[in-house]
This record gives sequence, structure tokens and C-alpha cells, in this order.
Amino acid sequence: MTDAASSAPARAAGFLRRYPVVTLLILLAVLTAGLQVTSLIMYGKPIVNQLWFGNRLNYAIALAMLAACQTITMFTGGIDLSAAVVATIVAFVTATLTPSLGAGPAILVAMLPALAVGLLNGFGIGVCRVHPLIMTLGSGLIATGFLLVYQRTVIATGTEVPAALVWLGTGRTLGLPNVLVVFLPFAAFLIWAQGRWGFGRLLYAVGANENAARLSGVRIWQVHMALYLVAALIAGLTGLVYVGQIRQASLSLALPLLLPAVAATVIGGTSIFGGRGSYAGTIVGAMILAVLVSLLTLLQIPEGARRILFGAVILAVTAVYVRLSDQG
Amino acid sequence: MAETDSASPVLDATGVSKRFGPVVALHDAALRVGRGEIVALMGANGAGKSTLVKILTGALRHDGGTIRIRGREGHFASPAAARAAGLVPVYQEPSLIPHLDVADNLRLTRTPREAFLRWASELGAPDVPLDEMTGRLPLATLRILDLARALASEPEVLMLDEMTAALPTDLVERVLKVVRAQADAGRSIIYISHRFAEIAAICDRATVLRDGATVADLPVEPGVEEKIVEQMLGAALTPVVPAAHAAAAVAAAGPPRLRVRGLSVGPRLSDVSFDLRAGEVLGVVALEGQGQDQLFDALAGFRRPDRGTIEVDGTARSFRHPADAIAAGHTLVPGNRADALLMVRPVRENIALPLIARPAKWGPINMREEAAIVAEAIARLQIDTRAQGEARRLSGGNQQKVTIARWIATGVRTLLLFDPTRGIDVRTKRQIYGLVRDLAAQGAAILFYTSELKEIQAACDRSIVIFNGRVVDEIAAGEATEANLMRAAYGLTGRDHAAGVPA
Ligand SMILES: Nc1ncnc2c1ncn2[C@@H]1O[C@H](COP(=O)(O)OP(=O)(O)OP(=O)(O)O)[C@@H](O)[C@H]1O
Ligand SMILES: [Mg+2]
Repeated sequence: MTDAASSAPARAAGFLRRYPVVTLLILLAVLTAGLQVTSLIMYGKPIVNQLWFGNRLNYAIALAMLAACQTITMFTGGIDLSAAVVATIVAFVTATLTPSLGAGPAILVAMLPALAVGLLNGFGIGVCRVHPLIMTLGSGLIATGFLLVYQRTVIATGTEVPAALVWLGTGRTLGLPNVLVVFLPFAAFLIWAQGRWGFGRLLYAVGANENAARLSGVRIWQVHMALYLVAALIAGLTGLVYVGQIRQASLSLALPLLLPAVAATVIGGTSIFGGRGSYAGTIVGAMILAVLVSLLTLLQIPEGARRILFGAVILAVTAVYVRLSDQG
Repeated sequence: MAETDSASPVLDATGVSKRFGPVVALHDAALRVGRGEIVALMGANGAGKSTLVKILTGALRHDGGTIRIRGREGHFASPAAARAAGLVPVYQEPSLIPHLDVADNLRLTRTPREAFLRWASELGAPDVPLDEMTGRLPLATLRILDLARALASEPEVLMLDEMTAALPTDLVERVLKVVRAQADAGRSIIYISHRFAEIAAICDRATVLRDGATVADLPVEPGVEEKIVEQMLGAALTPVVPAAHAAAAVAAAGPPRLRVRGLSVGPRLSDVSFDLRAGEVLGVVALEGQGQDQLFDALAGFRRPDRGTIEVDGTARSFRHPADAIAAGHTLVPGNRADALLMVRPVRENIALPLIARPAKWGPINMREEAAIVAEAIARLQIDTRAQGEARRLSGGNQQKVTIARWIATGVRTLLLFDPTRGIDVRTKRQIYGLVRDLAAQGAAILFYTSELKEIQAACDRSIVIFNGRVVDEIAAGEATEANLMRAAYGLTGRDHAAGVPA
């Protein structure tokens, strides 16, 4: 462990370590200001207004919800690559069953595949000790296969996104997106539970030192089982929120959100090695990405270059963050 | 001053200071060592010994003060630079990389293999498994290999940070002999240990650190121990009366808390039998690798025994998981704290971990209650919590205290202590003996393995001696002198009997 003397970087590192989320919020503010300035220079008019804000917030919330699956699994040193597939399936099944069953029962039935994938992941990772990366990649592929089979059987029926979900996804009240009704309690609960529920603490413990957790009487498989089940249910919930925003179910609905969700988690300061992190950081990470997407679109960079820039920014932010916050 | 004459010190540090954020680890540390000299660096847990060694060997940068090496002022940018200049440390925690085998570890630091193997066998590890993953080797072996690696690079100044803390007596003797021979050959040694017998045996001088400042520099002579302790703690320590604890077991009637019969685990432990009663502290004495690790692993549910029975309160139990052992009241404090700690989590979460292990406890935590439990455990073990945000930032001794505090917080029925005072300073050691006695008086049954034979008399009612995988002797506290224990530990008492087994 090397340590710079109490120089400026060391002090910055100390600050970062103590207030990681504050640091991210500063970055978010800087990015937003940059976006505004760019818009004023390029088009002579501001981009950041209420409409823009609601729109970005919607995107950030969907991202942050999918990133919740990544965050809680990453606390243990895991990951959930099946989350986007699960979200897509739940959304698709809901939309195809709503015309015949009605919204409520359709949603209930649609959550069953999420349950199944969660149990499969938990079993594979907790009991068979398959690495989470491999296990969730595999279960995601299997689930995709089932989705294709299912799609062929319902080819004739129409689809309908339940009105309640559309209200949630696109409606506004007092200028704020309605989805906050779901997201605020969701986020508050996760942030509370991560530090003050026995289960939340165990996630960190398993990620920090599995052996120590076992020594203290924790049966690790139980933790994994419950964790991946919860992650899959959150992914399902994300699917419902997201299909309300897009207003149309498709076979690839939430798939583009997967890697940004992982990125939001890592930018938010959660360690991929487990044991450290916070959902609060992930939320800010998702907002940073939402602003970044806006900025890159505004610059009218061609798609290829946009993706390159997007990736480079993620790498840079993460590298700086990890370097600074791990030091000392 | 370009060249050194023989009188000037090889290494001379004065006024060294170091802060970690708000924590002042050192503020006025001084240390001087001459050619052929062994200097003991003494101090309570958290005094700053390890920090000073890390600064001198380039692993940390100091904030202030001067360091002169052979008269030249400067400091090293990295441990590699220090090593190139002849300053070689053995740090407090094992430093071989666990995911590499021994040979790769040697290659990584460009250590000559022949010299390494020669030193390893000189130090009592004759057949080093070069292709074994180092993470799988027992702690004592890791320490020996660390030292062999340091010696192989022919250091001019050797710094040993609690090198002997995990070692049983037989290996300690070898280490001391080798270190003394190094000094006699003109090398300089800085020696950190909490064991006074070692200081008296080999050191020439003792430098004492207290709260980050050097407060004394004393020649080692008979009777210096009290002076050192007084300087270390800033107050004299009242002498303990080695109370020969009346083996008045609280629940002498009825079946014993723990009855072990014919236990065999792997190739090392064969046919061990003993009884442990409620209210009793039973010492376990063994040289390195006599099967004591396997015994504790089996009792804690980490390994299934091949043969034999474990009875708790008269009922036979088999443990498939540590959780089963915990359910039967067994709690283990393992020898290697790296196995027990959540290094990147706060001290509080480390201590409270067992409270949330069962699914029934996965819900909301009563934060106020938890804070009270944790605060009591911290106070009881006097844990220095200045750096409590992450366990890895605590000093070695304070980390060790956290591993014990965890079980004080939860309450124990049968406590399995495997070398629990490793790296803990004199004052806290006494506190731990007291704590062990208190727990026993409250009805706990305690199995206490220690690599420091003195502790048997300080804490135990009686002890069993394991040699070659068997119990070869049983010694009451009154007769548990170091000489007696040593003789038995080497298997020289000749009696091969199962201790405490009434017919
Ligand atoms: N990386 C760090 N961050 C914050 N505090 C630290 C760090 N490393 C050490 N400290 C603090 O510096 C102080 C001195 O620690 P050090 O490890 O030098 O003690 P020590 O004398 O070696 O004790 P021990 O006998 O327990 O090994 C302790 O209070 C410790 O918590
Ligand atoms: Mg130390």
C-alpha cells in the first residue's frame, strides 16, 4: 500500500472516501452545466429545461432500477447479466396477456418467468457454485430462447401495454414524472436495507470475505438464493416500468440497458470485487449516464464515434474514481 | 558524510511523523541501529511499530523527520528500492501472494531459489512444496517462508515485524538462533515482538514507542522488562499472580459439555480423546503441525472427521457446516485473522456479523441495541478504534482483538480459541486471560490452543499435549511449567494416554 503524503491528491482522496456520493453529484452538476453551455454555443438556446429534465429522469430511473440488480449482486462480488432479458420477458408477457386476462392477472403471470430465472440463478450460483458471470449469462440465453418460443405461440394475439403502466411511464404530475411514485420508495427502501437490514449487511460480508461469513455461521447458499431471486424480481419490475415508458413491447426491449446499468453501478462506486458500494452511488451513476447520452446526442456525433466516446468516458470516470477512492 | 565508520549507525531515523487522514500514527519516532546489533522495537498495539517499519522500507512515505541510511539522508520510493539497498522487511502479515505457488512468488521477487531453500530448512521447514499455492499453506509455514525469502537476499538490515507471533516454540527457537547468528555476522536487525522472553534472549537494545513517539531507548539487561512495560504503557503493570485455578468446574455433575472420542481428521490427527467441562479452560499444547489445526477445524464444522465422535452435552453431533457447530454452541476464533475479518468493512459490522447470520435475523437491525453490544465489546477489549472505518486500517493487534470481540458480543457456550493472543500486547493479553476466566466462570467451556507456552499457566485449568496426532499427556495447571510442557510437546514423557478419559 503506497500512500502519497498529505498532498492535494491525498486530501481529495480522503474527501472522496468519506463522501463518495457528493463527489459524484459534483461530477453530475459539471456535466449538466457543460451540456447547457454546449447547447448555448451550438444552437444559441438552452437545452436544460423542464421537459428535458423529465425525459432524462425517466431514462435514469429505468437505468437505475436495472442497475439495482447489478448493485446488490456486486456487493457479493457477483453480477446479474440475465436482468435485461428478465425485464424484457416480463414486459412482453404482460403486453401479450393483457388483452385476454386484463392488466392485473397478466402482470402476475408475467412475473412467474422472473421467479424461475431468479431461482435458477440462485441455485446455480449458491448451490452448484457456478461463477455468477457464467451462470447469469447462461440463464439469460436460456430465457431468451423461451421468449422466442413463447412469441411464436402468441403470434396471432395483439399486444397492449396496460394503461396504468403507460400513466406511470409517460405521465407527469406537477411537472414531475409519475414513475417517481414507484422509484422513490424503491430507492429509499434499498438504501435503508443495504446497511440496516441483516440481509443487506450479509451481502457486503459475503463479498468482503466469504470465509469469514461462513465462520460466523452464515450459510452462503441461502444468501445467494435469496439475492438472485430478489434481483430477478427487481428486473421484472424494471421491465414493467420501462414498457410503460416505451409503450410498446418488443423482443429486445430492455436489452440496450444492460451494459449501461453495469456501468452506472461501477461509476457509482460499487466495487466489482464485492464488499463495498452503495445504491445511492448507483442512482447518481445512472443520472450521469443519462446526461452523458444527452450530451453525445447533442454534439451530433455519428453513432460509431458516439459509442466510442461513451465507452471511453465510462472507463475514465471509473478509473479515476477507483484510483482515488482506493488509495491510502 | 559519504562513508561510514564502524561506530556510526547503519540506520538512524529521527523525528519521523506520519498521519493517515485524521489518525496520527507517528509523531516523533526515532530509531537507530548499528552494525551487528539487534534492536527491539517495542510498543503497545497501535503504537506505530509497523508503520515505522513500512516507512523505513519504502512502503509508506513519511510526512516529516529524517532518515539516514549509512549516514546518507533520504528515503526509499518503494520496497524494491529498499531491498536493493539492503533493507529487507518481514512484514506483520504474510506477504507471499496467495494465488501463486511458492516458486512463482520467488521468481516475482528475484529470490535465489537455492539460498531460499537452504534458509527454509535451517528454519525448520525442510521440504518446501514449491508448486503449492501459497494460500493453502498454514500460517506458521507462511511466516517461515517470508523469513527465508528475506534472508536469501542477504540483507544488511533485517526488519522482523512480529515474525514469531504465529510460531510454536520449536520454530521460535530456530528463528532466534538464525537471527542471532545474522547479527554476529555483522548484520543489523530490528526486531518487533510482544514476547519478552525473545527480547531478553537475543536483543541488545530496546527502543520503546508510545502513541507514535519514541519514549525510551534501553539496553537489554536483567530486569529491563518492567522498565520497558512501564514506558510502553506509561504506567506500571501490576504483576499477575499465576493463579493455579482450582478446576472447580461449574457443572461438575452430568455429562461434560464436550466429549471427544477417537477423533481422526486427515493424515495429521489420529485418535484424539478428551473431555471439556462447562466452566473449564482446557489448554492445548503442540508443536507445529501436530494436528491441532485439524482438531479445531473439525470441532468448528469446517472439516468432517474421518473417525471418532463429538458429543455435546451427552448427545453425539456431526457438523456439516460451521453453522451446525455454532448451533451446538461452538464458536471458533481462528488462528489466521485474515480468515475471520471483513477487511474492507467497518469494525462495527465485523463485530456484529454473527448476530445476523441466520435467515430469521435478515430483517431490520435494531441499530441502538447493536451499537450498545458493539461498544461494550470494544471497551472490554480496549480496541483502538481511531481507524474503525475499515478493519484493514487497524493495527495487527487491534485486528486480532476484533476477531475475539465478535464472540464476546454474541455470548458463548463453548469457545474454541486458536492462538487468540497472536500479536496482542502485554496489557491486553492479561485482559484476555481475565476475560477467558470470566467466561468460564459464567459457565462457558473453553478450549485454548496457544503457541506461547506461558499462557497455559496464565489462563488454563489443565492442558492436553498433542504430539503426532495424538494426546500424549495431560498436565494440570500447577505443573504446567514451560519446561514440563516442552518436554511433553516433544513427545518425551513416554506415556501415551488419552487425557481425561475415565476408564
Ligand atoms: N492505512 C491506514 N489508515 C488509517 N490508519 C492507519 C493505517 N495504517 C495504520 N493506521 C493506524 O496507525 C496506528 C499505528 O498502527 P501500526 O500498525 O503501526 O501499529 P503497531 O504498533 O504495529 O501495532 P500492533 O502491535 O497492533 O501491530 C493505528 O492506530 C492504526 O489504526
Ligand atoms: Mg504492527
